[in-house]
Amino acid sequence: MSESEKIIITVLGHDQVGIIAMVSTILAEHNINILDISQTILQGFFTMIMIADISGSQLDVGELKKILQEKADPMHLEITVQHEEIFKFMHRI
Amino acid sequence: MPFSISNDEILETIKMLQTEKLDIRTITMGINIQDCRDSDGTKTGRKIYEKIADYAKNLVKVGDEIEKLYGIPIINKRISVSPVSIVGNGLSSEDMVIIGQYLDKAAQEAGVNFIGGFTALVHKGYSNGDKELIAAIPETLAITERVCASVNVGTTKAGINMDAVYNMGTIIKETAELTGERNGLGCAKLVVFCNAVEDNPFMAGAFHGIGEAESIINIGISGPGVILNVVKKHPDASFGELASIIKNTAFKITRTGELVGRAASARLGVPFGIVDVSLAPTPAVGDSVAEILKSMGLEMVGAHGSTAALALLNDAVKKGGAMASSHVGGLSGAFIPVSEDAGMMESVIAGALNIDKLEAMTSVCSVGLDMIAIPGDTPASTISGIIADEAAIGMINRKTTAVRIIPAPGKKVGDWVEFGGLLGKAPVMAVSQFSSEAFIGRQGRIPAPIHALNN
Repeated sequence: MSESEKIIITVLGHDQVGIIAMVSTILAEHNINILDISQTILQGFFTMIMIADISGSQLDVGELKKILQEKADPMHLEITVQHEEIFKFMHRI
Repeated sequence: MPFSISNDEILETIKMLQTEKLDIRTITMGINIQDCRDSDGTKTGRKIYEKIADYAKNLVKVGDEIEKLYGIPIINKRISVSPVSIVGNGLSSEDMVIIGQYLDKAAQEAGVNFIGGFTALVHKGYSNGDKELIAAIPETLAITERVCASVNVGTTKAGINMDAVYNMGTIIKETAELTGERNGLGCAKLVVFCNAVEDNPFMAGAFHGIGEAESIINIGISGPGVILNVVKKHPDASFGELASIIKNTAFKITRTGELVGRAASARLGVPFGIVDVSLAPTPAVGDSVAEILKSMGLEMVGAHGSTAALALLNDAVKKGGAMASSHVGGLSGAFIPVSEDAGMMESVIAGALNIDKLEAMTSVCSVGLDMIAIPGDTPASTISGIIADEAAIGMINRKTTAVRIIPAPGKKVGDWVEFGGLLGKAPVMAVSQFSSEAFIGRQGRIPAPIHALNN
């Protein structure tokens, strides 16, 4: 396995059964390892932030985002998938 | 290494991207085309076309990849080339038009929406190539879709070439007339500069400067919405606090530009030039520099205090940007184009903002009189007068100034002019009814100011 490559997945929307199951199933299917997970309710909205390692997967960030969004749309969830670097660059020197 | 970014920081970034419209406005690839010269316009144009096709073949693809990887929208990919007047020196204006058509074709082939560099640098005087290129501007902008032209008529070091200022008044009128059925759209692709920047990533004024490397990547980043939101959140902050808040935010915005620039540079194998952090508005609501000024406490842009508010904003953006990137571009600050900013339009309609106040504001903003529609029957000498005033502000204040003005054929004060897309629409603004003709008709140069003598 190559060096770890971390991505940040966020899910925003109304709290409902099966959100984490949906996301983690897709990640498992594509050999993406979950490193950290946290969730909170922000102004009435469910907010989940997941840090995962995509280096063992065949998928790239764009493809993963597409697959997740397809599943998230019927659940009315907003999903973002981004490489960790954008957060590091913005918040750390 | 453990991941050390807090959830709040992650959500802050997501919010900037999702709801505050933070975006990379442009990845602009500069390409030197000076080795493309051949015996006529067609042969030269073909060489230029081939070189651009080769250098820029992966530009759009790489831009799209980076957009997906980081989840940040990259709105435009663009190309700038060496000033065509230099490459084409010795060719005729007909040849210049042909080169323009090849540039258009190359831009289309590469999948970029604009290509800059149909440019002449005439701040001290004309070469033969400059004369022919300028004469070719109206036709080129009329028959091409993506080509952008610019002419530098003054610098702090050289003074102002008033012959060129005179000439550009007429060229702008001709360009408007040749694109009359599209409301003078050609003029939206023509910028007259003083102190033009050689590594500007933004259109319509981008060109690949003569001191630049063979090829380079420059990034233009925007984000008025992000700044607007933080300013709104602090209605009672003192000026010092306000400046500090804007600086912090500009820092974060610029960092994303730095990241994208480095990634694009590595993937394309082309050196990374600069990040230009400019608050460049779009017609979308909330993506407005005018709204930022209003949220500082002005009832309308144009109210007394507007110039001071803009000065604070522009300077704080530059300071934040300077910390965030190893190479910050010379235009960093705030753009105040009328047609591309819903808040500016609103101020003009309300009678709060006129061209005189805009001129004053350009002395502290990052560029100049931008995307302003004026009556179609404005005399060429009046347009030259507007250019001369703007160039004087740039020359004396050692800053870049520009005029991108559209004398919309058949339109009068209060009419609307539609350009579509990112160029937006503009209300036609009044200009002075008094003549500048005898002044503009004098020949020669305005000498360089005393502070140019600093060696």
